Amino acid sequence: MPSRRIKLTFPARLIKDPVIWQLGQKFPVVTNIRRADVREDYGWVVLELTGEEPEIERGLEWVRSMGVRVDPVSGDVVEG
Amino acid sequence: MAYVSGLRCRECGREYPAEPLNVCDFCFGPLEVVYDYEAIRRVASRERIQRGPLTMWRYEDLLPVDAERAINLHTGFTPLVKATNLGRLLGLNELYIKNDAVNPSYSFKDRVVSIAATKAREFGFDTLACASTGNLAGSVAAHAAKAGMKSFIFIPHDLEKGKVLGAAIYGATVVAVKGSYDDVNRLCSELADTYHWAFVNINLRPYYAEGSKTLGYEVVEQLGWRVPDHCIVPAASGSLFTKVWKGINEFVSLGLVQATGTTHMHATQAEGCSPIVTAYQAGWTHVRPVRPKTIAKSLAIGNPADGFYALKTIQATSGSAVSVPEEEVVEGIKLLAEYEGIFGETAGGVVVSALRRMAQQGAIGKDEVTVAFITGNGLKTQEAVESVVQPITVEPTVASFQAAVNGR
Repeated sequence: MPSRRIKLTFPARLIKDPVIWQLGQKFPVVTNIRRADVREDYGWVVLELTGEEPEIERGLEWVRSMGVRVDPVSGDVVEG
Repeated sequence: MAYVSGLRCRECGREYPAEPLNVCDFCFGPLEVVYDYEAIRRVASRERIQRGPLTMWRYEDLLPVDAERAINLHTGFTPLVKATNLGRLLGLNELYIKNDAVNPSYSFKDRVVSIAATKAREFGFDTLACASTGNLAGSVAAHAAKAGMKSFIFIPHDLEKGKVLGAAIYGATVVAVKGSYDDVNRLCSELADTYHWAFVNINLRPYYAEGSKTLGYEVVEQLGWRVPDHCIVPAASGSLFTKVWKGINEFVSLGLVQATGTTHMHATQAEGCSPIVTAYQAGWTHVRPVRPKTIAKSLAIGNPADGFYALKTIQATSGSAVSVPEEEVVEGIKLLAEYEGIFGETAGGVVVSALRRMAQQGAIGKDEVTVAFITGNGLKTQEAVESVVQPITVEPTVASFQAAVNGR
């Protein structure tokens, strides 16, 4: 089954929302958190998403629409 | 020979064999090359280094590849120039410019790419790849040409063609990706998982990054085997910044140079993309991603992979992070050109403007040895300074010329 390693960055207004739980409820993807740092005004979570590719993409689109930033775990790779 | 014992996760410490890996399978933290420093200590000496070629490969004992098999464009050992004119202007008696704009493809990227290209061939890859808007693209394409490898360069579709001319000329396949900058990022991360290609700054990143250490080694050697008091370095991903310090630190720990004091590492960014500076000033432990909007395109990384480690380096060296307003970037380019005869790109303008601010604020002592790193050639970002071209138009007569230049 395909998987994707990503970093989610949350703004302050979403810190109390169970976004990752909702992601797993709304879409047939498995979320597997590996590292995180969540504070009252900001947070990031590094996790693996496993599922069919279109479902992962739809799930990430929904996460983005909530206002969460989605990045590859390796950071920006487009260099000058 | 290379004294590499493997890779290690910078977060959880888990160890891996020296393979084309960049992320820890457990915590997804970045991997770093681990060396057998005891073995290096037995062979490394100033004399051995000085007997080596006048390139970055004179430091082969501290690099993760065999120099004998290097994809070698004669990168490195670039000039360290005492900046007497600029120093006088800024009140700094011991100011030096490390001019890395004169590498084979005109930027410091040749240091990292030559390591990655060599490692790629060692691993049996036949294709080099990267996502880039300029310097990295040119360097990857040039090294692939030298190595007889194929190269793929991924760019945002709206990038001006001139920006990748320096890659296309080497025969690279340039792929313009429709979509945003983030889409290029995502696609390349996925392609690196899909194709058996050497994406220099993705699956070969642990090795690639080590090439920047050679800037630190060279500065120490060119200063007459002494460590600088201050390094002023441009910061994009933060990798170069951390590796310059790693290089200096390795020389000290191997006993190749005596540390007379701490080298203070100063990261510099343009205000339009300054996530590392913002985090430093706010006292955050992690960098928060931003959307880049800067004329310093080679520093336009909104989510820097090594931002966290750059912050740790600043802390460990009692350094700092300085951002400069966008309009000062061009001022910095012009200062360096007009006072030292060195034409750096926009990242160099950032460095020089930040240096000027630090000097004005008294952050650097007038007799402290300070090195400003110019990492790319100004001919690559001509559009930033084209307003300087204001020719005097004259009739083809001596009188007309004299009238026009009178008082100049």
